[in-house]
Amino acid sequence: MNATLPPIASSPRRGIDVFEALRGALSALSANLLRSILTALGIFIGVAAVIATVAVGEGARRQVLAQIQSLGANLLIVWGGSATMGGVRLGAGGRSNLSWDDAAAIAREISEVQVAAGSIRQTFQVVAGNQNWSTTVLATEPDYFTAHEWIADGGRLFSPEEAAGGRKVVILGATVAEMLFAEDDPVGREIRIRQTPFEVIGVMARKGQNPMGQDQDDTVFVPYWTARRSVMGASRANARQVGVISVKVHEGENMAAAEEAIRTLMRQRHRVAANEPDSVSIRNLSDIQATRDASARTLSALLASVAAVSLLVGGIGVMNIMLVSVTERTREIGLRLAIGARRRDVLAQFLLEAVMLALLGGAAGVLAGMALSHILADVAGWPVLVRADAVLIAVGVSALTGLFFGFWPARRAAHLDPITALRHE
Amino acid sequence: MRHKRPAEGGFSEAMTALIETQGLTKHYPAGEGVVAALQDVSLSIAPGRFVAAMGPSGSGKSTFLNLIGCLDRPTRGSYRLMGEEVEALSHDRLADLRSRRLGFVFQSFNLLPRADALANVELPLIYRGMPRRQRRERAAAALAAVGLADRMHHRPTQLSGGQQQRVAIARAIVGSPDLILADEPTGALDTRTGLSIMALFQALNRSGVGILMVTHDADVARFAERVLRFRDGRLIADETQNAADAATALVALPEADAVA
Repeated sequence: MNATLPPIASSPRRGIDVFEALRGALSALSANLLRSILTALGIFIGVAAVIATVAVGEGARRQVLAQIQSLGANLLIVWGGSATMGGVRLGAGGRSNLSWDDAAAIAREISEVQVAAGSIRQTFQVVAGNQNWSTTVLATEPDYFTAHEWIADGGRLFSPEEAAGGRKVVILGATVAEMLFAEDDPVGREIRIRQTPFEVIGVMARKGQNPMGQDQDDTVFVPYWTARRSVMGASRANARQVGVISVKVHEGENMAAAEEAIRTLMRQRHRVAANEPDSVSIRNLSDIQATRDASARTLSALLASVAAVSLLVGGIGVMNIMLVSVTERTREIGLRLAIGARRRDVLAQFLLEAVMLALLGGAAGVLAGMALSHILADVAGWPVLVRADAVLIAVGVSALTGLFFGFWPARRAAHLDPITALRHE
Repeated sequence: MRHKRPAEGGFSEAMTALIETQGLTKHYPAGEGVVAALQDVSLSIAPGRFVAAMGPSGSGKSTFLNLIGCLDRPTRGSYRLMGEEVEALSHDRLADLRSRRLGFVFQSFNLLPRADALANVELPLIYRGMPRRQRRERAAAALAAVGLADRMHHRPTQLSGGQQQRVAIARAIVGSPDLILADEPTGALDTRTGLSIMALFQALNRSGVGILMVTHDADVARFAERVLRFRDGRLIADETQNAADAATALVALPEADAVA
C-alpha cells in the first residue's frame, strides 16, 4: 500500500529485545539522576549496613569457633563432684575426688572413649637462668596432648615411658618460652620448678586465648608422676589424685551416651548411693559451642530483621518514586500504547526500571558494605568475613524488593486508558 | 453511505474496504445518565484515501477517530479494519492491530523528549520486535521521506514545531501502515508550517497511505478528498470534493507570512 517504505514482512510478533529494554530503563533512570540516586540510597544504606554487620558478626563467630576448637574436639571434661567439708559445699572441682585410676578406668571400660587423661595443675614460680615467671604447671600424661590437641612446635612431647618413669622433663607453653628465653631456643635448656631442675624437651605450638579469655600458652607441662614426687608434694591420702579428667570421645560417637556412661562408671567407682547426687560433673565443650551458635543465630535473626525493615523502607521509596514517574509520564505511556505497545510491554518497562533502581542501590550497597568491612578490619582490627552467599542474598533481595514494590506502579501504568493518557496534561 | 472518487485505473472499488462501520455507537457514562458521543455511524472508506472528519468540539469526530484507531471499543455496532472484525478483540490483539495497520499523528506531536529523532521514529518497530539494525535503517528511511535526513540525531527540543511534527509523521509511517490517523495535526502550527504538513500528507497519500484526519478547521479540511461532518455525535454529511493542492497553496502564500 505504502510506497514510501517497503512493507514489513509479516512475521510472528516477537517480544521487545532485552538490550533495548535495559537501555530504555537506564535512560529513564538517568533522566532524573538525582532522584534516582536518592531513591536508591534507601536500599543502598540498608544493604551496606547488613553486609558490614554480617561480616563483623561472621568474623566474630569464626574467631570464637576457632577458640573453641583450639580446646580440642569431641572433648568431655570430668570435674570432681562438689564435696562437702563441714557442711560447706565447695562447688564443682572444689576438692577433687578423682584419681589417676578413674581416668584409667574410663579409658579402659567405656568403648566410646578414645583417650582419657587425668591432670592436675598448680601455679609456681619457674626459673631459667636469671629469668623467672609465675605460671601454671600442668602435670599429666601424653594422652592429654591427644585430647586437647596440643602439638610441639619445637622439640618433642614426652613419651608414656618418660611419664611413667618420672623423668624430669618439661614442655613449655609458647608464652612461658618467650618470657624465660626470649628469642633463644629453649629446647635442651634447664628450668627449675620449686628448686627441682627440669630439662626442656619441647615448646608447644601457640593456641592463643580460650573462649574464657585465658592465655592457654601460659602453661608448662610435666609428667604426672614426676610432679607428684618432686614438685606437688603428695601426701598418702591424695597421692593418686587428679584435678580433672580430659576425655576424648571417638569421632562420630554419641557424646551424650559417653557422658552418661562416664557418670554411671564414676558412681560405681565412688560408691555413690542411689539417692545421692552424682559424684562428678561433666562439661561438654560442644555445649559451649552450641550456646555460642545459638547466640550467633539470635544476632543473625536480629540483623535480618533490621535488613528487612531497611529494605521495606527502601522499597516504599522505590514505589513512591515509581508512582510519581508513572504520573509524570502518563502521556508517554498513552503514546506507547497507541503506537502498538501491549499492556505487558508497559508493565515490563516500569517493572524493569524499579528493579534496576533497587538493584543498582543494592549492588552499590554491597560494595560499600565490603569496603566498610575492610576498613573495620584494618582500623579497628576486628575479624571480619564477607561471605559470598550474604552478598548474593543481598543483591537478590534488592532485586526482589524492586520487583515487589515496582509491581503496583507498573500495573497502574499498563492499565491506563490510552485515550485519557494521551490527553493528560 | 456511498462515495465516489475519480477512478485511478478503476480497481479500488473492487478491493476490500479499508474501513467499514455499521451503526457504530459509543456511549460514555456521565453522572446519572449516559452521553451518546457517537450515534449510529455507518460508512465505508476505501484504501488509500485522504478523508477529513470535521465538526465542532463535542461533535463526536474525536470519538470516531479513537474507535477507528482501535484505542476504544464501540458500545454498539460493528467495525471492520481491512476486513477484520475489531470490536471484540482483546487488548493485545488491538495493540497488535495498531502496530501493524495504523499510524498516529497528534496535535502536540507527543515525541519522547529525551530521545533523538531517530530513536523516536524507531519506537513502534521496537514493539514489533524488529532487530536493531533493520529498525535503524527503516527509521532513517522514514525520516528521509519526511525531509529530515539531516536531523536524525536532533532531540525534539532542538527542532521547530514543523520539524517535530514531521518526526511524528515519520514515526507514523515507519511501520508501513494502511492508515494514518491524524488528530488536529496542524493545530499547534502556524499557517505556513501547517500547509507544508498538509503537502507532506498529500504526498504520502499519493504514494498509497490512507489518511483520516480530524480537524475543526475548514481551511485544513479542503486538502482532503472526502469530508465527513459530525454534529452531536451523528454523521450529518459525507461529501466528496476536489482536494486543493497544498504545495500550490504553499507557493501562493504571501511572502510576508514567511517566518524566518
